[in-house]
Amino acid sequence: MTELVSWAITTFARLLTAVQPEWAGIDPGMRRKRIYFANHVSHGDFVLIWSVLPKRDRRRTRPVAGADYWRRGGLREFIGTDVFNSLLIERNRDRAGDDPIAQMAAALDAGDSLIIFPEGTRNLTDAELLEFRSGIYRLARARPEVDLIPVWIENLNRVLPKGAIIPVPLMCKVIFGAPLRISEGEGKDAFLTRARNALLALNPK
Amino acid sequence: MQNVHSDLIAVIAGIGLVLAVASVIGLLLQIRLSPGGENAAIENLNDRIRAWWVMAAVMSLALLGGRTGAIILFAICSFAALREFMTLTSASRADHRTLAAVFFIVLPVQYYLIWISWYGLYSIFIPVWVFLLLPIVSALSGETRNYLVRIAEMQWALMICVFCVSHVPALMNLQIPGFEGRMVLMIAWLVIVVQLSDVLQYVWGKLVGRRKISPKLSPSKTVEGFLGGCLTATLIGVALSFMTPFNPWQAGVMGLAVTIMGFLGGLVMSAIKRDKGVKDWGHTIAGHGGFIDRLDSVVFAAPIYFHLTRYFWNVG
Repeated sequence: MTELVSWAITTFARLLTAVQPEWAGIDPGMRRKRIYFANHVSHGDFVLIWSVLPKRDRRRTRPVAGADYWRRGGLREFIGTDVFNSLLIERNRDRAGDDPIAQMAAALDAGDSLIIFPEGTRNLTDAELLEFRSGIYRLARARPEVDLIPVWIENLNRVLPKGAIIPVPLMCKVIFGAPLRISEGEGKDAFLTRARNALLALNPK
Repeated sequence: MQNVHSDLIAVIAGIGLVLAVASVIGLLLQIRLSPGGENAAIENLNDRIRAWWVMAAVMSLALLGGRTGAIILFAICSFAALREFMTLTSASRADHRTLAAVFFIVLPVQYYLIWISWYGLYSIFIPVWVFLLLPIVSALSGETRNYLVRIAEMQWALMICVFCVSHVPALMNLQIPGFEGRMVLMIAWLVIVVQLSDVLQYVWGKLVGRRKISPKLSPSKTVEGFLGGCLTATLIGVALSFMTPFNPWQAGVMGLAVTIMGFLGGLVMSAIKRDKGVKDWGHTIAGHGGFIDRLDSVVFAAPIYFHLTRYFWNVG
């Protein structure tokens, strides 16, 4: 059942966007544990990344998503947790049972890759990319040996802009950049700026 | 229905034979010149031939399905082409509703009108009705930045990708005395002659091409390729005139009309690509690029072919 639903969702995404990967900085054939960090423009972002990853890697590539949105039960929870195997974290830290960084580190230690959106929320503004929150820095500090891959999602904001219900068919691209890692003694601001610029550099516009 | 099926199957077998010869040549070239895949031109040639097999198979299946098959196939082509074109336009978030209407209302309605054979409406639906209604929808969004560019580009996309493409299956609606039930062969003739002209222009250009026609638009197009391609494709069209209601010399005139329009259509679409700074319209057809890269010449030939045939041969 989950296989079927995941097939249906990725097929729908392909019909709509003819999504094409561009492996600008990594070789998709190499099976490695990675942290993909992407610009966040719509709820369909991780679906597009998922659709272009090699099939055998998908089950082991977990999108990190907000528990408040995806744990509301019903179809949404089924898709979020069962189909996409996402790692749900508490964004509202008052109620947080678990430390999100520890959760992510544990998933990496278990051999999974992660998809994260360092802007922390969907970018519904006209800005190209929001400022990064510190999560990606703390994750990189916690697991400095894992490659961080910038992933630029092109055009999806036109497919499904803010407030729209019906997606329109437009061609999308997912561009994978070269891996980066945090260096010894690199400060938070320096690292966040470097990671953000690496992602911005992939924007073809 | 005089043997339309057996004629169609003979045509399909002929295409299969040509592609088989092309595949053998491609294989020999690869063995001799590019055993490890190091010659990009030959790899691209073989990609193209493989994609031709798929396109020929899909086209054959659709035409065997007759009127319904032809309408569905070209509706899908319109969808894919429109998706490519709209991606390159300046249509912004403010045009979201317009775009949704274009894809999910205008396109299906145009093909529905073809399906019910309502010539009086399908020939003015996009050029008149949509031309007036589309800018209204976008104006209501209140966004004025780039307004004229946005609506003009969307209208152009619709004319090219939906209106013009839909004139291929619209041929099924013509009524020509003594040619009843055989219109599907006319579609096959158009597609074969126009696509062969593209291929032969490429071949002639590679073999004897010297003078470039328009180096800025399309550096690979040469005068020799253009003349050789159009003339040989027209001759093949004459040889295949049994597929049409035309006698051989009429088929020759039609062949020239569609191949020259096809060539010029290719130039126009290249100009748009250069303007938008892209090499191909898309990536969905391996070796060829996008749907529009393959359809561009048909787009410009189909309405002319339709109206010439309608004016001179159609009754009713």
